[in-house]
Amino acid sequence: MTRVLLIEDDPAVRRGVTLGLRRRGHETDAVRTGEDGLAALASFAPEIVLLDLMLPGMSGLEVCRRVREVSQVPIVILSARGDDIDVVVGLEAGADDYVVKPASDELIEARMRAVLRRVAPPLTSAAGSPEASTTVGDLRIDRTGLQVFKHGEDVTLAPSELKLLLFLSASPGQTFSRQQLLEYVWEHSYYSDARLVDACVMRLRAKIEDDPRKPRYVQTVRGFGYRFGPL
Amino acid sequence: MNRPSPHRPPLRRRLVPRGLRTRLVVAFLLVSALSVLAAAALTVRQARGATLDRARDRAVHDLRGQLDSLAPDLPARPAERDLRALALQLDRSGGSRAWHTSAAYRDGPLVSATGRAAPLPAGLREAGAPARHAVAQRFHHGGDPWLAVAVPVMVADQPSRRSGLVVYAAFSLASEEQDVSALVDAARTGALPVVLLSAVPALLAAGSVLRPVRRLRSAAENMAAGALDTRIDARGNDELADLARTFNGMAATLQADAETLRGMEARARRFAADVSHEMRTPLAAMTAVTGVLDADAASGRLDPETAEALGLVADETRRLARMVDDLMEISRFDAGAAVLHRDQIDVGELVRKTLSLRHWQERVDVDVAPGLRATVDPRRIDVVLANLVGNALRHGGPSAPVHVRARGEGDRLVLTVTDGGPGIPPDVLPHVFDRFTKGDAARTRSEGSGLGLAIAAENARLHGGTLTAANVPGGGAEFTLELPLHLPRDGT
Repeated sequence: MTRVLLIEDDPAVRRGVTLGLRRRGHETDAVRTGEDGLAALASFAPEIVLLDLMLPGMSGLEVCRRVREVSQVPIVILSARGDDIDVVVGLEAGADDYVVKPASDELIEARMRAVLRRVAPPLTSAAGSPEASTTVGDLRIDRTGLQVFKHGEDVTLAPSELKLLLFLSASPGQTFSRQQLLEYVWEHSYYSDARLVDACVMRLRAKIEDDPRKPRYVQTVRGFGYRFGPL
Repeated sequence: MNRPSPHRPPLRRRLVPRGLRTRLVVAFLLVSALSVLAAAALTVRQARGATLDRARDRAVHDLRGQLDSLAPDLPARPAERDLRALALQLDRSGGSRAWHTSAAYRDGPLVSATGRAAPLPAGLREAGAPARHAVAQRFHHGGDPWLAVAVPVMVADQPSRRSGLVVYAAFSLASEEQDVSALVDAARTGALPVVLLSAVPALLAAGSVLRPVRRLRSAAENMAAGALDTRIDARGNDELADLARTFNGMAATLQADAETLRGMEARARRFAADVSHEMRTPLAAMTAVTGVLDADAASGRLDPETAEALGLVADETRRLARMVDDLMEISRFDAGAAVLHRDQIDVGELVRKTLSLRHWQERVDVDVAPGLRATVDPRRIDVVLANLVGNALRHGGPSAPVHVRARGEGDRLVLTVTDGGPGIPPDVLPHVFDRFTKGDAARTRSEGSGLGLAIAAENARLHGGTLTAANVPGGGAEFTLELPLHLPRDGT
């Protein structure tokens, strides 16, 4: 059972998603506006937030930013349009994943589980069993405590950022295509929007790199994908 | 290719001057030549008649003058000797006009000075004998034009009574003919420069006609090339200016019609996009509970009919969602809002993922060159491939083999999907990529929205490639997707 906060202005969609998720055993609180959502963040203490981007009053993007200022709760965007820049902007604003409406309750739940799973037990999908704690350059990655330190200071990472870093750093020097990262880290299909990966890499670099434009930790391999190091 | 080019003019046409300018100038020259000739001919004819009349009149006058002084000396019934003397005297008095005279009394023989008969045209005697006035007749003698006159001599006291004596005179008209031919020569030498000179106004006139015609033509060419806002500067009041104004009117109508049509089409497309967009929200609410419906329908706790109804609603909701999705996708292509997100991928992996995602890997035979990489939008290629393979599996029947084959040919990626089914009916083949075309009219319901192949073709086009359909000789349909393997450096 997961505590889900749904921020959605359309009453029918709100009812439908709530109904579907409740039937699947999730405790769901649904609010109409971003302001109500931010208030519920403290009172309801959700484990995951489902966020519509098209909201009256405070926009979904703004909500996303405000949530990230105070919390690293996983955010999944419920987008009415799959075609536009909104999803990318939402991802850049700190969302971890997205679902394009109309989506079945099954798909929404699958996406929620995937997002939640990545912050749960340490990653074991990569080859070998990585050290519990690795230090690379100025970066220390604690796989047990799920914490990342830079110059000894705690770096707050959103769930998707943390999982991506854990995944890449578990196989340093190995290149993963964006499609592979979609499958392994986000549990999406091979064909999902690779901009999801790009947006997350961008956010991650902003937090861990000295100069995000000349990344040392998460490097781009042109034409192939991304890899961790080598420094 | 042995067939002649369709633009080549037929042989017959090349014998006639082609350009309007040439034709105008030729017509001008012909008209001026004709008028010069006609004028010259009339002048010459007139002058010639006048010259000959004058020669005749002078000859008759001179002869009468001579006769008036000589006739009274003749006896009433002149003998041959008298007549010869008369002729001799007359011949001598001819002066510059070297005429040959002869005389005859009643039905007597014609008597001339030399004894030799003077040249006279046949019939002049018959005409001259009964006449009261002088009779003239032209004839040819020794290749020269001659004139003969017959002057009847009257009784001295009774001018109206014939004496029976008729005097004939014949002389050459060579000098008069010379004058006339000199006139003809003058007309001829004058006509040629006049005709040639008329080419100048002809060219000027042709230019003034051709300039507006040329403007019209280039305007019409612009229109044909799609510049419907082309207008001509229509000055003046002549027929060509009228034509230009008519052309402008036509262009304005055409432009307005095209704009109306474009506007209608844009509205229709926007409407389709808006409708699908509006349908998304209620569909989102319904789709979010399909799991609930499925679970309850399968629980066995409900009345069987209710359970079936629930299952139906859930299935059709999903179908509707797919159709709206496809409609939205088509709308994005129509609006030019479809964006490519290219990535360099392994083609073999791409094909395998498409098949395994849909659990098709057991039913499809894959042949992809190992290590083949392409820079494409993987999501869009998945859409194309899933459509083609899905179609092949549906139409090919359960046992027929479906082959997917991919090769790099030069800088192109060539991907074919072949099925072992009955192929595409010939009447459907040209419309197979049209929207809402279904392969078999008898198949009242298919899994697709009817937009699948249209979307696939649009995706191919977005990649700068093509998607084509054909029937293979042994039966079965073959779809070929051809894309550039990689983009030039500056591409997206």
